[in-house]
Order: sequence, then C-alpha cells, then structure tokens
Amino acid sequence: MAHTDIAAPPQRKLEIVPRKSLPVVAVVVIGLIVAIATNSLWAIGFYHVVGGGMWTAIDLFLGFILGPILGTMSIPSRIELTRRLMPKMVILMPTLVIMTLAGGFQLARHQGFILSSDKHHAWVVASMIIVGALAIVAIGILEPANIAVLFELRKPNPNGERIGRLMKRFLYTAGVTGILQAGILVIMTRIATL
Amino acid sequence: MSAATMTHGASTPERKFPPIAEMSVAVLISMVIGGVFVAAHLPAHVAMAFPTIMISLAAVLLAANVVLLSRIPNFAWNSFYKVARWTLLAEGIVAGLLEYVFIFDGTRGAVLLLMSSTLIIFVLDLSVLFGFSVARFQEE
Repeated sequence: MAHTDIAAPPQRKLEIVPRKSLPVVAVVVIGLIVAIATNSLWAIGFYHVVGGGMWTAIDLFLGFILGPILGTMSIPSRIELTRRLMPKMVILMPTLVIMTLAGGFQLARHQGFILSSDKHHAWVVASMIIVGALAIVAIGILEPANIAVLFELRKPNPNGERIGRLMKRFLYTAGVTGILQAGILVIMTRIATL
Repeated sequence: MSAATMTHGASTPERKFPPIAEMSVAVLISMVIGGVFVAAHLPAHVAMAFPTIMISLAAVLLAANVVLLSRIPNFAWNSFYKVARWTLLAEGIVAGLLEYVFIFDGTRGAVLLLMSSTLIIFVLDLSVLFGFSVARFQEE
C-alpha cells in the first residue's frame, strides 16, 4: 500500500488581519458611499440584501452547523481550523455589518419605513432592537474572544486551555447571534410582504 | 500548531483583573439603547432627555473604565496600545461612514451632536475593550 503523508503543513506566522483583503474592503466601502451619495435605490438595496443575506447565513452556519462540530473536535484540531477561519472573519464580518446597516437605514428612509406613520415602522424599530442586541453580543463578547484567540495562537507556546475556553465563549455567542438572526429573517420577510 | 507545542495552562491560574470588559459591554448597551431610541424617532422630532441620559451614562462608564485600566499594575501596555491603535483606525472608518450617512440624511443640531458623541464613545470603548481583551493574556 502506498504511504500517504498526512503530516500537518508547515505553519506561517499568523496574520490577524489578512492584508491582501483590504483593497477588496476598500472597493466595497467606496461603492457603498457612492450608492448612498447618488441615492441609487437599486445599489442601496443590493448592498443591504447582499450584506444582510451573507451576515445572516454566516451567523446561522457558524452558530448551528460549524459551532457544534467544532465543539466535538480536539483542541489541536480546533486550533488548526481557527488559524484559518478567524482572520477571514475579522475582515469579513465588519464589512458585511456596515453594508447591511448603512444600506438598510437608507432603504428604510427612501421607502418611508422609518416614518412613525408608516405601517412598516413598528417592524423596522423591532429590527433595530434586534440588530442592537446582535451588535452588543458580536462586538462586545464574540469579537474580543476571536481576537484574543488569534493573539494567543501567535505565541511560541499557546495556552491550549485558554484557547479552548475562549473558543467555547465564541461558539456560545455565535449560537445566540444565530437565534437573533432568525428573528431578523422573520421581520424582514414580514416587512417585504406587509 | 502541534499539540506538543501547546501548554495546557492548568497549573497557571489566570490573573484577576477589574471588570474592564464587563464595563465596556455596559457602555455598548447604554449607547445602543440611546441610539435605537433616536433612530426609531428620526426624521421626526426626537425628545432628547432620554438619549442624553444614556450617552452621559456611557461616557461616565467609559471614563471610569479608563481610570480602572490605568491603575492595573504590570499590565502589557505595548500589546494594549498595539491593538487599541488598530481598532481606533478600523472603527474610526466605520464611525466616519455612519457620520457621513447622518449628515447626508440632513441630521443637524442637537441630534447630530448626540449621534456624533455616541460614535466617538463607541470607537473609544471598542479600542479599550479589544486592547484589554488581548493584553490581559500577554506578558511583557
């Protein structure tokens, strides 16, 4: 039987923020500013739907699919996945969040949903409350844990127990954001069909 | 990372710190409550008393947090400043974009001042939170 080499690939120094992705983020943000400045309803809607769809899908995937799988993996395996996944999340999620929120607020303004006399207003306010809760969990708990794990992984001898504890916090909060995102799905489909 | 190069850390209990992260989250909660209140009333007239109380509370909590942080002995300040500086830049760009949206939408006067203050506190709070979250596990 032929021998198969399953040794781990050589490790490069962990990059907290993938610099190669920054020009892509710059293009997306400049496009968002142009969309708002030109009052292009299509472009604003595009940013809101694409950003919101990806944000929701990624949160649900992390919270309910990848999270439970990660929870059953050994700590070295979790670390391998974390090294590759988390730097991408550091740059992807804030970009999606700003696309969704800036696009969504402009869309609601153009369509009159933010006027208190509008029939959609209560649903829009409900979505603001859920997004506020999402922001607190994601920015206040999830993201600091993510960044702390990445810095721990850069050490010559990372503390496995600490990484395991921080990852557990990351996975629980990803589950909470997944549940909140399910609420956003209900509200957005309600607004679209009211 | 191989398992052989990882330490398990069971024999070295984590160092205790003041509740910096918890207070930063409290600042975030105050700002979100005030921010949602204002956003829910725009573009109509907004009663300023409640959001002003929330933003003032956030500012006081942030100031108290900075004082608590500055009194920690033997803290990894290099790591703290490194992370805090980059967070300031990244979140500053996000806050700048939101400020642009407020001004573009015609927000002016006291409401703009309140929203701008909220954004400034938001950026400073996240810089403290992210910097502390990393530096607490570093040794210098």
